[in-house]
Amino acid sequence: MALSETVAGPERPATSTEPTPTGRKRRSGNAGYWLYLLPGAVLFVLVIGAPLVGTLYLSLTKWSGVGDPTFIGLDNYRNLLQDEIFWTSFKNTLAMIVAMVVVPTLLGLVLAAALFDVIGRKFKPRTAAALRAAFYLPQVLPVVVAGIVWGWILRPDGAFNSLLDAIGLGALRHDWLGDPNTAMPSVMAVMIWVQIGYPVVVFMAALQRVDPELYEAAEVDGANWFRRFRAITLAQIRPETFVVALTCTIAALKVFGPVFALTRGGPENTTNVPSYFAYYTFFKKLQVGYGSAISTVLTLIIIVVAVVFIWLQYRNERQDRGV
Amino acid sequence: MTVTLTPAENAVTPRRPQPVRDRHHRGASRWIVLVLVTLGALAMLVPFVFMLLNAFKSPGDYSTGGPLSWPTEFYTKGLRNYWTQVDFPLKLWNSALIAGSVAVLGVIVSLLNAYALGIGRVRGRLWIVGLFLLANMLPQESLIYPLYYVAKQIGLYNTQLSVIIIFTVIQSAFGTYLLASVLGTFPRSLLEAAALDGAGKWRILWRVVFPNLRPTLAVLLIFFFIWTWNEFLIPLVMLIDNSTQTIPVALASLQGDRLMDAPTTNAGALISLVPAILFFLIFQRTLSRGITAGAEK
Repeated sequence: MALSETVAGPERPATSTEPTPTGRKRRSGNAGYWLYLLPGAVLFVLVIGAPLVGTLYLSLTKWSGVGDPTFIGLDNYRNLLQDEIFWTSFKNTLAMIVAMVVVPTLLGLVLAAALFDVIGRKFKPRTAAALRAAFYLPQVLPVVVAGIVWGWILRPDGAFNSLLDAIGLGALRHDWLGDPNTAMPSVMAVMIWVQIGYPVVVFMAALQRVDPELYEAAEVDGANWFRRFRAITLAQIRPETFVVALTCTIAALKVFGPVFALTRGGPENTTNVPSYFAYYTFFKKLQVGYGSAISTVLTLIIIVVAVVFIWLQYRNERQDRGV
Repeated sequence: MTVTLTPAENAVTPRRPQPVRDRHHRGASRWIVLVLVTLGALAMLVPFVFMLLNAFKSPGDYSTGGPLSWPTEFYTKGLRNYWTQVDFPLKLWNSALIAGSVAVLGVIVSLLNAYALGIGRVRGRLWIVGLFLLANMLPQESLIYPLYYVAKQIGLYNTQLSVIIIFTVIQSAFGTYLLASVLGTFPRSLLEAAALDGAGKWRILWRVVFPNLRPTLAVLLIFFFIWTWNEFLIPLVMLIDNSTQTIPVALASLQGDRLMDAPTTNAGALISLVPAILFFLIFQRTLSRGITAGAEK
């Protein structure tokens, strides 16, 4: 790691093999470290802990944001279960997972392998770097700004329909974001465009790690490109695949900005997602208790997903060590 | 999983020499791959081309020529209109103030937390680190209403300070998780030698740990800056005033007005994207250095 390289300067000790202090001494020494955790802990409790508990409490109340909340027990949750928009929004989350996790991860694997394995090695590395930058560019932009540009492109009088006209497909002209049938597929396409650069970059960095001798041995054994890809590449970069899948799934569950910029959840809730539904319930409908219940359900789902992912990864690592 | 989030300049360096037989073998297919990937990369850039094409058109030009035509004149009034209409320099300052403060404060808080957790190994540290990691994954909706309500009560609503405090904590949750695992492998001998020389914890932190950690902290600083710069929900809720809003919020609230014609939309988007692209270009080398640092082990 970087640490060992930059160890230099007057701090570098001449005697680095001193015996460790005794257990007693060390424990008393550790007590002082709590002080360093104090500012972070106080901020954490104020900005994350307390509001989280607050939202949990508010989800058991009826409140418009003024006056005092009325405690109503689990009524909000009971209503949620019968709320069609609630179910629609979570169904739409599945579509977001396809667009932000499944497709980018699969496409990312193929693109990273193509860029690293074929273009990087058989053409100039600079070519691969330039192509990678093109795929990564949407990742560095404020997603809302990108969403606004896409919103204009997909408008009835936007650039996409003009493009269709220009290439003789004018019959396909459409109000892409305004029609309930095409709104979600259009949003999904935009999300693939936004997400794709992340797995490409992570997987390309991961491929560097793979020992070239593995490929050489496989080649000598007569394995073709696809078999090498499956048996070596996929197996070797599994940790990175886990991380990409986890972070992208969490991002898909939380997605807000693009939906806000593109469709505001419409038309007819066909693109509504839990986070936008919660935002709208909080600040437009002023149903704070109900919005809190939506947020709480979303939080629980995210925690479950994260724990399952981390547990799977842990089990996988143990299996690898066992083999 | 550390700083694998950005491209490393040298990530594509070929590792092994290619056997000659193989090159003959796949002479045609490598060109097919190159063409396909290049077409994909060009497709990625199409929205930017549309934006550039229409950011420099007059409204009249747009309504006669449509979105695909070449601008008949180099029209910059749309850009200048957007610049003055939203008072762009002020938005730029707000974004820079918020993202810059969060980056610096977030790194300091992360470092202090991680010092206690990674070096101090305080009791229950695994649970604490897990808590920070989980906090980083929370949907902001689960925090926003109480934060909004309390900010209103104590007079922090519609101030940049409220957003700075909130994001300092949210970003440092990730930073603590990252740095705690990095510091967990910090060479003990260095710390013990410094302690023998009579250095206290505070001195060891700034004279031994901090200098060694500087490359990682630099990467973290840049990440915090860019992430905060691009944030949307919390600034949208907290900053309602023209004088406090950030660049993305300003563009989004104008979009709601329906007053923006297509050229102005594109001009506004173009201006709003320029800083992000500049950061990307400026920081790319630092980030790639950080990644190689994280990858060598």
